[in-house]
Amino acid sequence: MFVDFFYELRQLKIPVTIREYLMLLEAMEKGVCDANVDDFYYLARSALVKDERNFDRFDQAFGLYFRGLERKSAEFFDDAIPDSWLRALTQRVFSEEELEKLEKLGFDELMEELQNRLAEQDKPHSGGNKWIGTGGTSPFGHSGQNPAGVRIGGEGGGGSATKVWKNREFRNLTGEVEIGTRNIKVALRRLRKFVREGAEDEFDLDETISSTARNAGLLDVKMRAERRNRVKVLMFIDVGGTMDPHVKVSEELFSASKTEFKHLEYFYFHNFLYERVWRDNRRGRSEFLPTWEVLNTYSSDYKVIFVGDATMSPYEVTEPGGSVEHWNDEAGAVWFQRLIEQFPDTVWLNPESPERWPQTMSTQLIYKLLGGRMFPMTLNGLDRAMDTLRKRNGSTLQPIRSH
Amino acid sequence: MKFTGTDTYVTTDDLNMAVNAAMTLERPLLIKGEPGTGKTLLAIEVAQALGMPLFEWHIKSTTKARHGLYEYDAVSRLRDSQLGVEGVAEIRNYIDKGPLWDAFDCDQQAVVLIDEIDKADIEFPNDLLQELDRMEFSVYETQETIKAKHRPLMIITSNNEKELPDAFLRRCFFHYIQFPENETMEKIIHVHFPEIKQQFLKEALDVFYSLRDVNGIKKKPSTSELLDWIKLLLVEDIDADAIKADSSKAIPQLYGALLKNEQDVHMFERLAFLSRRQG
Repeated sequence: MFVDFFYELRQLKIPVTIREYLMLLEAMEKGVCDANVDDFYYLARSALVKDERNFDRFDQAFGLYFRGLERKSAEFFDDAIPDSWLRALTQRVFSEEELEKLEKLGFDELMEELQNRLAEQDKPHSGGNKWIGTGGTSPFGHSGQNPAGVRIGGEGGGGSATKVWKNREFRNLTGEVEIGTRNIKVALRRLRKFVREGAEDEFDLDETISSTARNAGLLDVKMRAERRNRVKVLMFIDVGGTMDPHVKVSEELFSASKTEFKHLEYFYFHNFLYERVWRDNRRGRSEFLPTWEVLNTYSSDYKVIFVGDATMSPYEVTEPGGSVEHWNDEAGAVWFQRLIEQFPDTVWLNPESPERWPQTMSTQLIYKLLGGRMFPMTLNGLDRAMDTLRKRNGSTLQPIRSH
Repeated sequence: MKFTGTDTYVTTDDLNMAVNAAMTLERPLLIKGEPGTGKTLLAIEVAQALGMPLFEWHIKSTTKARHGLYEYDAVSRLRDSQLGVEGVAEIRNYIDKGPLWDAFDCDQQAVVLIDEIDKADIEFPNDLLQELDRMEFSVYETQETIKAKHRPLMIITSNNEKELPDAFLRRCFFHYIQFPENETMEKIIHVHFPEIKQQFLKEALDVFYSLRDVNGIKKKPSTSELLDWIKLLLVEDIDADAIKADSSKAIPQLYGALLKNEQDVHMFERLAFLSRRQG
């Protein structure tokens, strides 16, 4: 009976499956929730949505569906419209004084009056909004739209749930929000490569048993090294100038990577890559490191992550001498090309929103140089970037048995 | 049997609904939420309120799915066989039951807490699918199948460090514990400190929420920290006016209970300094 709702959810890209839908129906059948929209909302959310980031979309779908439902078929609710809803309605239709008077008359009279009032107000606006009433006890009908903008069933008990899905309280939790370090770490974890190395401090059962057996049953305990993450990363971070608004998110990314990758080397650059980078940002730009040295020091199984807004004058990319800081003999693009050749696994994380990329010529240039491997610095973007890095590897770093 | 919170644990309607749905349908319940919102406590309170035995399974990064079922202690058996200890022929003597086995064996419906499932390896939840679904598993060493006498209520908590696999999620009910609003928070505090004065409570909460609202704070204080702080305030006998007066200087009394991050404390000291200069 909620098949439409189910498809509504799927349309909004909430990953619900038939299994979860059946679970919801089973729960309804077993009477977990009463015929009450609040309860149903809670139950449906708990059964169908498994990620708080989708709560907001669920609220939208829920609102949409139930508004539509109210319009389409009052039969759906049958006589399940609880009194409290109608009371909520009366509060909208009558003024406080009127309500006080009517309250004394009792519920039936109140409902009758409500029905009259709605019918009365309805006439001039008209348009098929019929109220089917039989003596004031069941003033429900189709298309509960009345001029005051109140629909029967619209005020779902006035409970907190109504508030939740209408206010869309979970809006902050949806996917494309800024990323905190914890989330960044989760995204970075996709890059993990496990290798056993270091001190042997883990008990190896299989090896012990077989070596004991070979030892004619005399116990021979074997140890092995723990599994460790051995992905190697170079990070190039743009500092200064246009990057200032993005300092916080870059900082977060940086601190997350520091804990996540053991083999992490990082370098700073200004706007774009030229013949020199520097390692310590605090000491000013006095101690430079030639880019050649970076290219020659690290093997090509290192994965390279650029962090920068790629926003600059196009000459800074394409022309010799284009750098704003110093005279560069070779164009930035040449240096960048060299780097990509040395490190095939290179991605660029751009904190600017992707809508701006096509408008910035330098971004377009770099995007092309990278063959499209530029990603926005959101969780989603980070995920995709890490996926790209992970998929491209394999030739140089042998995946180790995880066992 | 319906769960509606306890004397010591304040719940919201949606949480009650999730617990009751999971219990009626005998499906696992996955709980997420900010740290310190009482995820782990939920299982303990549910067990207590409904008089069900509780089996806790705390997950570490090295935990494997089979640790929850049983472990076969091959090394002691090998050792015993060399020493000629009695009963070494019986493999059952060397099988240590895990929390899930214990819960399956229980004569009444039990609560199983799988705490911080996201700490384990990414594949961990997938390894548990069969057990959670059918509530049975087979013991390879003895060739028996352990089937749950009563399907236990599984409460699983996660701190969101890893995404859980879809196949696992599909089998669970899900609840996200939101940070309590002022009203709920008052209830929670009353539960823990029934004698607390209204004025005092109001001031403390004002300070607390304004602290949470400060931009750029790295680790927001949570419910459990608030409770610690109030306890401290009460022990130190600081009255309502003092909290308030102090909050105008931007740094609350005994802030150590609320701010756990050095940078946050520094920031607050700076803010306090600025506001003193202005004032």
